[in-house]
Amino acid sequence: MPRFLAALASGLLFGLGLTVSGMINPAKVLGFLDLAGAWDPSLAFVMAAAIPVAAAGFAVARHRPAPLCAPAFSGPARTGVDSRLVIGAMLFGIGWGLVGYCPGPAVASLAFGGWQAAVFVAAMLAGMGAFRVLDRATTPRPRAA
Amino acid sequence: MENFTPVPAAIGGALIGLSAALLWITNGRIAGISGILGGASGNDLGWRLTFLAGLVAAPLLYAVAAGAPAVAIQAGPATLVVAGLLVGFGTRLGGGCTSGHGVCGLARLSRRSVVATSLFMAAAAATVFLTRHVAGG
Repeated sequence: MPRFLAALASGLLFGLGLTVSGMINPAKVLGFLDLAGAWDPSLAFVMAAAIPVAAAGFAVARHRPAPLCAPAFSGPARTGVDSRLVIGAMLFGIGWGLVGYCPGPAVASLAFGGWQAAVFVAAMLAGMGAFRVLDRATTPRPRAA
Repeated sequence: MENFTPVPAAIGGALIGLSAALLWITNGRIAGISGILGGASGNDLGWRLTFLAGLVAAPLLYAVAAGAPAVAIQAGPATLVVAGLLVGFGTRLGGGCTSGHGVCGLARLSRRSVVATSLFMAAAAATVFLTRHVAGG
């Protein structure tokens, strides 16, 4: 139960951060990505504030054998730069630039983004599902959890 | 730069950083939204669903206190579908999005995340340049 409460609090903080910073609004995100237009550097300030706070959290956890409410830390499994990382990041970037939505703001804005947000999130989930099917079909060994 | 809002941006960013720190210290999980959404499997749904519930609920609570946040989307249905598919597939193939690579990965000084963040930022800026200044005008 404490585990779920902590996850809920974390989700609330994340959604509040996206809302307060204005990143829940695709038009504002596109303003950051539009270097040749009326450039809005706000997104850089969001990241510049988020990264050191997150880094402090990771530093605190480094001295602990396990998380407070779970049996073990589940960090990213893959290491090293490979073609999946490169191609995936570029496909994501193209989609992000087309609408101004990355996954967090798309989900967070579901109550305010009308049918457009719903269509985008549905397509995004379909894209994730398509990856899952393709990944299972092309990977011979069982995937590590 | 008439729309530049550095103070709310930094406050919101700090809240996002706090969220990532909290989820790692308590659950041992990376606060990457694409991973939380796309990595769900049968025995691992609880914390993902509660996190996502908080993510959707927070803007609603904010709206009660301070008014509805602006969410302006200009894309048409076809663009929304193509972009959604690219974001969903690309973030899973690349192992993360703006939160997983851009915030958590950079905070952990991951080389993968530095490469991924540089690439998706560059690809997104190039896409905006092409659609706004070359094709659309």
